[in-house]
Amino acid sequence: MAFVSRFTLHDSRVVKPLLFVACLIPLAVLIADLLGGRLGAEPIREATFRTGEWGLRLLTATLAVTPLRRLFGWNGLVKYRRMLGLFTFSYIAIHFLIWFAVDQFFALKYILEDIAKRPYITVGFTGFLLMMPLAITSTAGWVRRLGKRWTRLHALIYVVALAGIIHFTWSQKADILRPSIYAGIIVVLLVVRLLPKGLLRRYRSEPGTSGSDATGRLRVRSTASSNESRASCSSRAGAWAAGNS
Amino acid sequence: MTRAYDIPASEITPEEVYLRRREFIRMAGAAAVGVVAPSVAGRVNPQGDDTLTPYDNVTTYNNYYEFGTDKEDPSRNAGTFKPRPWTVEVSGHVARPARYDLDDLLRGIAVEERVYRLRCVEAWSMVIPWMGVSLKSLIDRLRPTSRAKFIEFTTVLRPAEMPGQRRDILPWPYIEGLRMDEAVHPLTILATGLYGKTLPNQNGAPLRLIVPWKYGFKGIKAIVRIRFVEQQPLNTWNVVAPNEYGFYANVNPQVDHPRWSQARERRIGEFFRRPTLMFNGYADQVARLYTGMDLRQNY
Repeated sequence: MAFVSRFTLHDSRVVKPLLFVACLIPLAVLIADLLGGRLGAEPIREATFRTGEWGLRLLTATLAVTPLRRLFGWNGLVKYRRMLGLFTFSYIAIHFLIWFAVDQFFALKYILEDIAKRPYITVGFTGFLLMMPLAITSTAGWVRRLGKRWTRLHALIYVVALAGIIHFTWSQKADILRPSIYAGIIVVLLVVRLLPKGLLRRYRSEPGTSGSDATGRLRVRSTASSNESRASCSSRAGAWAAGNS
Repeated sequence: MTRAYDIPASEITPEEVYLRRREFIRMAGAAAVGVVAPSVAGRVNPQGDDTLTPYDNVTTYNNYYEFGTDKEDPSRNAGTFKPRPWTVEVSGHVARPARYDLDDLLRGIAVEERVYRLRCVEAWSMVIPWMGVSLKSLIDRLRPTSRAKFIEFTTVLRPAEMPGQRRDILPWPYIEGLRMDEAVHPLTILATGLYGKTLPNQNGAPLRLIVPWKYGFKGIKAIVRIRFVEQQPLNTWNVVAPNEYGFYANVNPQVDHPRWSQARERRIGEFFRRPTLMFNGYADQVARLYTGMDLRQNY
């Protein structure tokens, strides 16, 4: 088991293809249901809903990467963030294309009218447009070229998330339970990011809170990194952390 | 005398054909599993006619929030609902106010079949062969007084049987209303069945309103109270979102809903949207009810 977890499940060369396939499953199920006639009385509407909701789920997963690293020290997750982000974009692009090319059947007159006049479509379309620069600049080359500006640009993901939640909420006639659940999760993820970094790192370095499969060597490394972080955090938090160790 | 009340006889599918239709749909469905293209081609019908919407779609794709907000919820959750015994309370400005057993209330009134287009405010539509009684014949029997200018309907409140009513989605119970001249219009019916069968629970059993020139949400389901009133009654969706849903709710391709263009609709089972018709295609019969009214203001 230890062998598997250390050298297989922690190996991104193994996990990445698995995650890639997993992200394709909702699309495969959708296609199978379409071919099997299992999309109900209004298949176009059902396909639009499903792709939109999977886009929102993947967006939530993408946004969860940093909070999970902060909370549990799962730094390896960062290797999958780009893939999650690009799948988010792909599902939302399919969601948009189903509306544009199938539901509206390229009827530009009605499409433009909807974008201009229906607030939920205006917001959703804006969110989709804002994702485009993020998808384009997701390559290693762009990350290097943009440097610090890349992080600032990719903060747009929060605006995209907000647009997604509003789009979902405003598309509902009366029952906003489902969009509220996503909104709640995303707010929690944001709160975790806003907590003082020192507090979270200290929590992580408590004995027993790091992964049970971590080797002594890993623990040493994590202690070293937490010492670093103590040194760099504000004096008040630093004093608090030092006083407790 | 030509009765102006429904889709012209030429458009009505003969009973024996529609009774065989489910068989046909099943065959088409089986074919679709193997090959998608021909079944899609068969559904492409841009300016098409008014062929009946398959029974399975009529009974599994429903907006009936008392049973849940997903379209499939009513068919899933309405199984334990008990549409019998059923009483309807008649009150207000009427000569014969009372609590009636439903069977007594309708006894002797001819049950007719009416094939009507149903246009939902969400821009989808169906064609449904309803069974029911004309509301006018019931109103004639109850004899409202001259003070009755409107009629108000109320849905049953049974949170134990209706899971949607246990959540605060809409102010329960659902209410709807009509102006008296709309109520006695020959097109307006109280449905008790569809496709020649007893009305399924998810479609509003045992008694629901059908006003084919108005958006579907006017068609209040599981009616337990009929009140004859002087003032325009409230209607639930108008109370919840007055800028989106009016009292009249006449199908009107020129007046958009804030969230949906009403210019076009998707007929269930078809690929392309089709243009929405003024008063859902019943303008010849009902436009006179609204002469001189600003339909943009009175949406």
